[in-house]
Amino acid sequence: MTIVPALDLFVAGIVLIVAVWTVAARDTMSAVVGFVAYGLLLALVWVRLGAPDVALTEAAIGSGLAGALLIGAATRLRAGEPSVSTERLGGAGRVLAMTLSAVVAAAVAVVLLSLPDPAPSLASEAAANAGVTSLGNPVTNVLMAFRAMDTMLEKVVLLLALLGVWSMARDHAWGGRPRSCRRADPEGPLVLLARVLPPVGVVLGISVLWVSADHPGGAFQGATILAAMWLLVLMAGLGDVPAAGGRRLRLVLVAGPAVFLTVGLGGLALGAAFLSYPPAWAKPVILVIEFAMVLTVATTLGLLVAGPPERSAER
Amino acid sequence: MSVVLDLITIAAVSAGVVFFLAGTVGLLRFPDTLTRLHALTKADNLGLGLVVLGLLPQVGSLRDGLKMICVWLLVLLAGATVSQLVAQAARRDGPGSDGAAP
Repeated sequence: MTIVPALDLFVAGIVLIVAVWTVAARDTMSAVVGFVAYGLLLALVWVRLGAPDVALTEAAIGSGLAGALLIGAATRLRAGEPSVSTERLGGAGRVLAMTLSAVVAAAVAVVLLSLPDPAPSLASEAAANAGVTSLGNPVTNVLMAFRAMDTMLEKVVLLLALLGVWSMARDHAWGGRPRSCRRADPEGPLVLLARVLPPVGVVLGISVLWVSADHPGGAFQGATILAAMWLLVLMAGLGDVPAAGGRRLRLVLVAGPAVFLTVGLGGLALGAAFLSYPPAWAKPVILVIEFAMVLTVATTLGLLVAGPPERSAER
Repeated sequence: MSVVLDLITIAAVSAGVVFFLAGTVGLLRFPDTLTRLHALTKADNLGLGLVVLGLLPQVGSLRDGLKMICVWLLVLLAGATVSQLVAQAARRDGPGSDGAAP
């Protein structure tokens, strides 16, 4: 066996081990740490499979952002944890759970193994028509042009998720600000990082969006980096989360889907169909949508991690 | 010339791997939070630094080389900050929690 397949097998094995360890971990926080490590290893697997766009998404969202959300959840649950972890499943319950898991795993395996070979794919068609948008990255082509409808609805789903988080607020805090972070030492390392890193992160986030025209990257990955920079500033206490009822914040939140929808309806009125772009203007139109989207997505992701409003809008 | 460059790469990357290995062993074997952090930061800073140094002769363009150096600098910044924060938390929670020394 040559060295490269051996390394691939090694990484795949570690992914499986970390996955099992994450499920088996008793302590919630340990499970979260396992999940983050699992996501990063999975990103490596995607790179090895030749899907750097998916790898970036997995690392930024599956591991980074979901990790931050889960750490927040684990911290909130910590108070009630001892009482929950002493509840153990009985013998019959365990057998039932194991049987159910085995059946699901077997069903997935059967479906995967009975897929036609070669699998039905639109990849060749997407590659053949890549020229119409003058974008070099086929993944961006699919996300922003061929299947733009899915991407637009994805943004709406993200807004619905934020509404779900906001609706956890108590009545007096409705439209207010999330719980403030613990005051960081103004001379401490976190504040220093929150001052030094954001300029780098903002440039990086925008560049990940910009290069996605021809190279791996994208609006979602760039937005995640921007959201991370915002959260860093918030955690260091250098800024406050805007009140959920604020008009400017709400304008930013609807900007992405609104621009997308406007372009879509424009395509319906002037062009061939909903979300059809004029061929000569495809790239500028896509860029306008992506920049509006990146603003909305970054803000939404940051607010999702910040949590439901707990303080009234007045300071 | 290329043989010399390859030798530099092999030497530096191997040294970097040794630091990663030593840091990992320290992380697993050292008795308390602060000494474990000490081991870990060596792996990050020196290990990754040496790996980047070793890969520099192999890059195709100046841009790629600068990118790798930037990655190392960012890891330095993140590693230093995080280890400070973990050390502060360990100190605040005091001895007894997770075997941390005062």
